Amino acid sequence: MIDKVKNYQLKIPSNTENLEIIRNFVSEIARKVGFKNDDIHKIELAVDEACTNVIQHAYKEKGDLPIDIAVKLDYKKFSVIITDRGEGFKFEDINIPDMEEYLAELKVGGLGIYLMKTLMDEVDYKKSDGKNQVKMVKYFLDKKKKNKK
Amino acid sequence: MSEFEVKRKDIDDISVLNLKGYLDAHTASEFESALEDLVCEDRVKIIVNLSDLVYISSAGLGVFMGFIEDIRKKNGDIKMAEPSKKVMRVFELLGFQVLYQIFDSEQEAIEKYDTSNN
Repeated sequence: MIDKVKNYQLKIPSNTENLEIIRNFVSEIARKVGFKNDDIHKIELAVDEACTNVIQHAYKEKGDLPIDIAVKLDYKKFSVIITDRGEGFKFEDINIPDMEEYLAELKVGGLGIYLMKTLMDEVDYKKSDGKNQVKMVKYFLDKKKKNKK
Repeated sequence: MSEFEVKRKDIDDISVLNLKGYLDAHTASEFESALEDLVCEDRVKIIVNLSDLVYISSAGLGVFMGFIEDIRKKNGDIKMAEPSKKVMRVFELLGFQVLYQIFDSEQEAIEKYDTSNN
């Protein structure tokens, strides 16, 4: 738990070799603020999935374009905002309601977004001024997921 | 860089791939190559030992999904063994235990091949 807002920022080239650095960045902050291992893992995996989406889809693996990862802490939540300037996608259209059916059809794509939505308490996407932003939130207290999109 | 390693051992007509470290979008191609080699050699009775796998993301899961259909058409399979609790949680989130047989030990997975066609 923290008593004031804290901000951390990482700007890193969009290359899959940097996923490890990104995971370490968010997981160490999560550990410092007192999340247990389960939640730390959920946060690092959700962030990994979001950044992989940016690298592979938004930037089409062009390499070295920047991704901004911002971690914002306040008294009740841990927020991660991932910003890129690549091609956006219809985030809100991607929905996998039935995993059994999905797996039965042996589909591959879209698992990352499903994981993000399942692992985090809130996931939001917006596009403005040429920037795409995914914001994911994990509450410190074990609250029911609210306004989950 | 993300540490990841695939080690292969063949036991008669069964091949065991030991995954070690972090399986993510950066390292998935290494796992993919290992499975490709097996399929090219027609070695389709596959066990993936996960005891040393620390982390998996959807990129890693996608590798399994990319091969399983072809392998099962050839009367083979990919069975998994010894996942950590952390890795198993990811599998359970996606319902992988419905699609794949997951064993507590490599030996049980081998015996499953020995006692059945699949």
